[in-house]
Amino acid sequence: MSSTTNTPTHHTSTIGSIGTPSRRNTELALLVFAVVIPVFAYANVGLAINGQVPSGLLSYGLGLGLLAGIAHLVVRKFAPYADPLLLPLATLLNGLGLVAIWRLDQSKLLQSLPTFVTAAPRQLLYTALGIALFIGVLIFLKDHRVLQRYTYISMFVALVLLILPLVPGLGTDVFGAKIWIKIPGLGTLQPGEFAKIVLAVFFAGYLMVKRDALALASRRFMGLYLPRGRDLGPIVVVWAISILILVFETDLGTSLLFFGMFVIMLYVATERTSWIVFGLLMSAVGAVGVASFEPHIQQRVDAWLDPMREYMLSRQGVVGHSEQAMQALWAFGSGGTLGTGWGQGHSELIRFAANSDFILATFGEELGLAGVMAILLIYGLIVERGVRTALAARDPFGKLLAIGLSGAFALQVFVVAGGVMGLIPLTGMTMPFLAYGGSSVLANWALIGILLRISDTARRPAPSPAPNPDAEMTQVVRP
Amino acid sequence: MNKPLRRIAIFCGLLMLTLLIRDNWLQYVRADELASDTDNRRVAIERYATPRGDIIVDGKAITGSKKAERGDFEYVRTYKDGPMWAPVTGYASQAFGTNQLENLEDGILTGNDDRLFFRNTLDMLTGEKKEGGNVVTTLNAAAQKAAYEGLKERGKGAVAAIEPSTGKILALASYPSYDPSTIAGYSDDDQKAWNKLQKKNNPNDPMLNRALRETYPPGSTFKVVTAAAALEYGKYPDPDEPTDTPLPWTMPGTTTPLKNDGNHPCKNATLRVALQWSCNTVFGKVGSEIGNDKMLEKAKDFGFTTEQFTPVRANASVFSEDMAPSEVALSSIGQFNTAATPLQMAMVASAVANDGSLMKPYMVDKLQAPNLDTLEQTDPEELSRPLSEENAQKLQSMMETVVEEGTGSTAKIDGVKVGGKTGTAQHGVDNSEKPYAWFISYAKLSDGSSPVAVAVVVEDEEADRGDISGGGLAAPIAKSVMEAVIGNRK
Repeated sequence: MSSTTNTPTHHTSTIGSIGTPSRRNTELALLVFAVVIPVFAYANVGLAINGQVPSGLLSYGLGLGLLAGIAHLVVRKFAPYADPLLLPLATLLNGLGLVAIWRLDQSKLLQSLPTFVTAAPRQLLYTALGIALFIGVLIFLKDHRVLQRYTYISMFVALVLLILPLVPGLGTDVFGAKIWIKIPGLGTLQPGEFAKIVLAVFFAGYLMVKRDALALASRRFMGLYLPRGRDLGPIVVVWAISILILVFETDLGTSLLFFGMFVIMLYVATERTSWIVFGLLMSAVGAVGVASFEPHIQQRVDAWLDPMREYMLSRQGVVGHSEQAMQALWAFGSGGTLGTGWGQGHSELIRFAANSDFILATFGEELGLAGVMAILLIYGLIVERGVRTALAARDPFGKLLAIGLSGAFALQVFVVAGGVMGLIPLTGMTMPFLAYGGSSVLANWALIGILLRISDTARRPAPSPAPNPDAEMTQVVRP
Repeated sequence: MNKPLRRIAIFCGLLMLTLLIRDNWLQYVRADELASDTDNRRVAIERYATPRGDIIVDGKAITGSKKAERGDFEYVRTYKDGPMWAPVTGYASQAFGTNQLENLEDGILTGNDDRLFFRNTLDMLTGEKKEGGNVVTTLNAAAQKAAYEGLKERGKGAVAAIEPSTGKILALASYPSYDPSTIAGYSDDDQKAWNKLQKKNNPNDPMLNRALRETYPPGSTFKVVTAAAALEYGKYPDPDEPTDTPLPWTMPGTTTPLKNDGNHPCKNATLRVALQWSCNTVFGKVGSEIGNDKMLEKAKDFGFTTEQFTPVRANASVFSEDMAPSEVALSSIGQFNTAATPLQMAMVASAVANDGSLMKPYMVDKLQAPNLDTLEQTDPEELSRPLSEENAQKLQSMMETVVEEGTGSTAKIDGVKVGGKTGTAQHGVDNSEKPYAWFISYAKLSDGSSPVAVAVVVEDEEADRGDISGGGLAAPIAKSVMEAVIGNRK
């Protein structure tokens, strides 16, 4: 908050904020690019695959432009001082993701798979719903501090969301990871994506209350502040939940994400490095412990260490092995520095989940190193704007919520992109905004909405002070 | 609270930096290695993205390409008269890779060869699709057809025919054969066809190229080599000089008499008469007298013991060393360990017909760029001189006697001088299995030139033991192959 003030005290930020530009026009200009770039990409795919500009180009461009335009108008009206970069960046990623999904829809190979669905129209619908949710957040969440009231309800909701996939008859097991639930007539849902946000609300509310106890009541040991036993309670509970997710839902990514988010927020709340040490230790113990007896995780690790062997096993028809990891590496390698160009790669060879978990490989092959670096930088910018929002926020709850959401976003990008690029073992998570999947798109638009709300509150100039009724009657005595 | 926030910001920055470094590692440092990995299906997709160049016989393509009906490979290989040409072309399959000519000249056929680089770069700039070049072979369609049809009529076997003056391979047939079209694609049907062709599922082993890759005991046809050694080493410089051969003749170091097939005038027979009636006694004795070393040397002169690259590899034919005199005797009549590919025996006939000069056998005449420019031309090359001109002509007259008055009379062609040698090779434990019928021959036109030398082997499971003789089964095939070549010439 001090960054926006020019006075030394912390309670005069309103003065510093006077005259802060709303930056809405910047946002609008950026949005034009965020819509035009995917439209060009879309035309490019059509020309490469069918030799003609796709017939849906106009409706696609208008659709995306309309969605972005409405979102922009709502931001202008309900969050005029919000960060100007987040909406265009999310729109750009979402638009490019749609193009990549449509491009994979054109693949004959994927069309021949039994699991094939025409994904692009659905994703467009999800995008519309996601932006509707984003608008809803901005309209109905007038102040993010309202969420503080729902701290413990959030905890309950998050736990329910996490447990849902384990409920018999509701949860579905998709290729080893049990992170989906089936809603009859509506399709499948990944509750973990929403749990991410709800948990961040719970952590922020809880830590804001407990931060002093956690930070101050500690013993110093070997240069580290060791927390008291009773304060360790919540961290152990969260750790245990993460481990349970890992064991019962065999989802390394979500488990890592929640635990990482909690450690980040705990560290920010308490300013104690010891929590990070504890966090790393506990996650290491948990991950190694589970990996040593959970075959699904073990296999993921083996596939990461030697993707070629995994590929060969899969080719030989050994059940439970997948050639995806190696196929993704080949896709990246074949893309090279500049890529093959839209529609001219063969990332469909990844087959299952080519347009969701592995969508970055399509960008890697068709846009090359340059394209993937650009996309990673866009993600980096989103995270940076989130952290900046946390810095600018004036209330601890807002700070914690913003850093929790941005940290989780960064971790998710790292875990997914790192997994697809063979940096870390693969986990079943989706690239935010790029990947096909309704839950992911909806949850991430909600996340951007909350960040915009916090940043709007942070940058909004305070109303000019009401005239003091005592002013006239006060005598100022000057020496 | 802002200090830890800044640290978290740095941490998130590091996460992104790690991803960026990893991406550079993957897409810059390792890009080429991953992109050209043979397991990377893109390599195969690219290979089949354009029509493959063709293999040409007599100016006509015996291969083709068509648009694939499904799958991610755009074009699929087709073959005209696939089973007949399979020993020449090999296969180019999307699922099972390539072999033989399709493999060796893959660079030209796909257009990836360095010699086509400049052209490809131009094509890329002008937006044209990459094209493959052609492989023009030395083969003779009529001779190949005669060979294949003849084998088909009689059962298992192989034919190799060479033009003696150049070494050009004119025919290369093997039966039973397979149609490479049936395994060219990637579908379940192709997989089924492939499985059916494998030796473990098909005892006839149709994918074996018998003309180049199977070595058979050459039997009496090897007597031509023994006769050449006798002439060359001065053992019997005159083919009409009687040899001092008792009947029966007991092999040295044993009490086993060597027998002849039938009752022929083999006692003290001259080399000419011995070849005419295929006397085991005479050639066994001559061979054992010449000795292991010199027999081996002469066999090597004819090409034995080394692999031939036509450019498709032919197995090395066998003549053993360090044998006992009785074993040398048996080896000299094409038994014991002696084994030869049909191509090898065609080379023997060809060297005799070409007045003692053995030309290196080859089947690729030239490689063409897509615009039909010649990229590479194969020039005939002498491999060795197993016989002097004089001795070669002596041997020619002996082999002509075989056809005119001896066992090879079924190969006679009106108006053409034919020299030949029959063979009936025993094999199996105690010669229990059906013998192989051999015939090697050459034709000589009235102007003294020899357009064709041929070797035929028939392994006929159906025929009665007594019926199998080179003259009966193999010679008619050799005759029709020679006639096809001569007919083509006229």
